Amino acid sequence: MISKDDLKKLAQLSRLRLDAKEEEALIRDFESIIGYISDIQEVVVDEPTPEEGVLRNVMREDGEPHKRSQYTDVLTKAFQKRENNYLKVKKILNQK
Amino acid sequence: MSNNFDKMTVKDMRKGLNAGDFSSVELTEHFLKNAKNNKNLNAYLEIFDDAVEHAKAADVQIKGGKAMSLTGIPIALKDNILIKGKTASAGSKILENYTATYDAFVVEKLKDQGAVLIGRTNMDEFAMGSSTENSAFAITRNPYDKTRVPGGSSGGSTAAVASNSAALALGSDTAGSIRQPAAFCGVVGLKPTYGSVSRSGLIAMGSSLDVIGPIGKCVDDVEIAYNAIRGKDKADSTTIDDTTFDIPEVSNKMTIGVPRDFVSSDINPNVLEKFEKTLDALKACGHTIKDITLPYLKYSLASYYIIMPAEASTNLARIDGMRYGFHLDGDDLLGDYKNSRGEGFGREVRRRILLGAHVLSSGYYDAYYGKATAVRRFIKEDFEKAFRDVDVIATPTTPTPAFKIGEKADPLSMYLEDIFTVPANIVGIPGISVPIETIEEGGSNLPVGFQMVAPLLGEERLFKLGKVVESF
Repeated sequence: MISKDDLKKLAQLSRLRLDAKEEEALIRDFESIIGYISDIQEVVVDEPTPEEGVLRNVMREDGEPHKRSQYTDVLTKAFQKRENNYLKVKKILNQK
Repeated sequence: MSNNFDKMTVKDMRKGLNAGDFSSVELTEHFLKNAKNNKNLNAYLEIFDDAVEHAKAADVQIKGGKAMSLTGIPIALKDNILIKGKTASAGSKILENYTATYDAFVVEKLKDQGAVLIGRTNMDEFAMGSSTENSAFAITRNPYDKTRVPGGSSGGSTAAVASNSAALALGSDTAGSIRQPAAFCGVVGLKPTYGSVSRSGLIAMGSSLDVIGPIGKCVDDVEIAYNAIRGKDKADSTTIDDTTFDIPEVSNKMTIGVPRDFVSSDINPNVLEKFEKTLDALKACGHTIKDITLPYLKYSLASYYIIMPAEASTNLARIDGMRYGFHLDGDDLLGDYKNSRGEGFGREVRRRILLGAHVLSSGYYDAYYGKATAVRRFIKEDFEKAFRDVDVIATPTTPTPAFKIGEKADPLSMYLEDIFTVPANIVGIPGISVPIETIEEGGSNLPVGFQMVAPLLGEERLFKLGKVVESF
């Protein structure tokens, strides 16, 4: 149902490293899970499904910002790699 | 005196605390002692060393005549609910070292009351599971039989209450994660109406399904806790208040609907027998039992296993090993992500992320996600129709009593655990599990749960009938 190739693509999309053994197991698991959820295919939906819920603006009005750097310390403390107040990541430009 | 604490309801504790018969410090120390004596259950991931300190503050509050319903009451919290300055790992290696930077809305509410938070309880990783075996840290054991699971994903919370290691606990319920472990551990668990309790500060799984709810030894305890934590919150736009829907009326004699065809398939005969016996007892009290059919009910679990992974894979995308949590270096930035997430997330979580990516992917979206959304609407309509004729709908909470640790190795058999509980999440309505008679299985007496669901904001009906059921 899901080929190894599909699974590799899904893993890439999901940013997950998978080893070969797990791939085998996942293909087996998916066969039974997708088999089960495919039951809903027998339900006939004759009218188009409206979007779930009613769309409304849930954002607050702009204004009253918090004090500058009020949360900086507590948030940057959780960074794995930090340089001053910056999150340090690997270089993404000029790669081969 | 301290021996009586185990038998007390929250109301008894309130009375005793207010009368000065005992202090919150004594009460807290008692539950802490029980928690330590029951360490082999692995109900807790951490017991807070500042609990007694907070109990002292509660005692001052009580002496000052400012006691509220939960002031000084020791409460355990599931590990996916944020408490500022404490670890919140959601049972996952990827958040093992994550310290919460703010309080969840429910935690603010509990702190405002002066409740004593005594520890964080074990859970299936990111609340994905029905046995608490999926925790990255430990397998929680059922207090009734240590070779069996406590249920899940809030299994730590229910085991803590069942073993008198906390007076109350909070859990979260996305498909049955409060009610199913409550049934397995012989305690009461409430899944409130979606939106009645804020999700702010709850580590998200399926955002259209998740709700925080209370676990206690009796219905009254759960009712008190529910009233203390609910309410509108500006940080969660889906929260509602008592004016959002018409509150369903509560009458003295209620009609209880039973979807017989759904209930009688694939169920342990002893569980079914106890369920029927409870229905008979309700009838003897003057309530009416009515057979009903909900044609789309049988598709609840299938639609859930499309909607939930879709939402979970999206929610968990924010956890990338960069800004917080576990990090494992790769060759490049993409490698950093893939290694951190591949290594940090456990097996079941990875499985659901991939499943979510699959059902949302181009070419499958309409067949899976689109269809599941339509089916969800049909199930909702089924319930709306049914509630025109009945006040609540009853089923067993689970098809079986607590199973053995390691018994359900394949994922689908674990997923089927939620068959009776998942419809309430799909529809957003409240559900409660109340323990009824135990049954004997493999030499152990195991609890059985009786589940009732009510229309939106129909919690009062559940409390009223729940108190009748627990009196049998």
